[in-house]
Amino acid sequence: MNVLIPTPLRSYTGQRVVEATGSTLGELVADLDRQFPGIRFRMINEQDRTRPHVRFFVNGKQVFDLSQPLHLADEIVIVQALSGG
Amino acid sequence: MATNVRKTPRATAERRLVVLVATRKGAWLYHGDAGRKIWRADGPHFLGHIVNHLVLDPRDGRTLLMAAKTGHLGPTIFRSTDLGRSWKEAERPPAFSKEPAGQSGRTVDHTFWLTPGHASEPDAWYAGTSPQGLFRSGDGGTTWDPFSWINDDPQYRKWMGTVQDGTPDGPKLHSIIVDPRDPAHLYFAMSGGGVHESVDRGQNWSPIVAGLEVVEGFDTANIAFHDPHCVRLCPGNPDRLYQQNHCGIYRLDRPSNEWLRIGKRMPQRIGDIGFPIVVHPRDPDTVWVFPMDGTSVWPRTSPDGVPAVYVTRDGGRTWRPTAAGMPESQAWWTVKRQAMTADANEPVGLYFGTTSGELWVSRDEGRQWDCIAAHLPEIYAVEAAVPA
Repeated sequence: MNVLIPTPLRSYTGQRVVEATGSTLGELVADLDRQFPGIRFRMINEQDRTRPHVRFFVNGKQVFDLSQPLHLADEIVIVQALSGG
Repeated sequence: MATNVRKTPRATAERRLVVLVATRKGAWLYHGDAGRKIWRADGPHFLGHIVNHLVLDPRDGRTLLMAAKTGHLGPTIFRSTDLGRSWKEAERPPAFSKEPAGQSGRTVDHTFWLTPGHASEPDAWYAGTSPQGLFRSGDGGTTWDPFSWINDDPQYRKWMGTVQDGTPDGPKLHSIIVDPRDPAHLYFAMSGGGVHESVDRGQNWSPIVAGLEVVEGFDTANIAFHDPHCVRLCPGNPDRLYQQNHCGIYRLDRPSNEWLRIGKRMPQRIGDIGFPIVVHPRDPDTVWVFPMDGTSVWPRTSPDGVPAVYVTRDGGRTWRPTAAGMPESQAWWTVKRQAMTADANEPVGLYFGTTSGELWVSRDEGRQWDCIAAHLPEIYAVEAAVPA
């Protein structure tokens, strides 16, 4: 699956779009962390909850549950909302 | 008969220094010459990251640890073994234990404080976080684990309070101190939550709050109400500690467990409120503080807009201001608890950073002050270190 990486996390990937695999969103994030160590903890906290300003979209639909099933053709977008100064 | 006494010349500073500046928008290293007169800025490192602390390992003079996060991404630790030329992220940053499914557990918002371990434990580091937690690394900062049992202890959790208690951007565990004589003898402090000591490497902890005052109307017997801002141990006498507290300046001479409020001797119009406290590297009677306005709504700026560092040379019996070189009016500075420090040269150099982004240096223990950098982001921490 293609995963669009937001600019604050591109220091990990070095690329705008990367490939990752997983049958669930949680597995996909784990695969990203295997490829790009440290990236998961910047997005998901130690209680396995998505951090407040990080959002995952699957085929354009916002997803909050890491157990969300994924399919090979899905397009994943990670969004990093910015606010404040 | 009078004796001619030949004064020993004062030693000149010979060691190169680096001043580590952590800010709300990144980190800078200021490399000084031997005279501490010419400074070369190296930075920003991690521009845009919120850097709460940047510390050079005194055991190798080469390894830097940086506690960082961004406004929206999770917290992490960056590590450099070449004085900042390259950085690598910790494999496992400080994080609380995962709670069983269905229960809400705590999450580290940011690592606030870093302390290198004892000289005999070259890879040990300690970290304090917000919300309050105590962590240790045994591999030079690459992986971190909760240290001791306090993070999950019901009594300590009660003293730690919630994210709504303590400082505006979250309660802090800070002032982690390792006794230079004994790696098992540890202290830490919490804002709020008191000062705590272990003599057995964290197997047991005891609060040390006797003599400390709390805000009027609160009960001094409740550890949660104690708000130490910064605690320092004197290298020249490790049985002596000084503390800048929300409610005054204190000294503790062990084995006593009772703090003495030495800030009562500060000029009344200045008061003894502030965040940082700095101890002399050799003389346990010499301490510097940066008083702030703690009246009415607590502006936490220099009283009357006239900044000054105050020094005692007699363990807190008398205090006097040192401000030569600083603005004489309309300077409403705030200096945070980690943003003032000393080097170990002779004479001692002093350094502080303001929340308005100025870095000030004194090469002569406060007699004269110079601004060596301005227009930086809000300064969170300043450390002076000797690179290898």
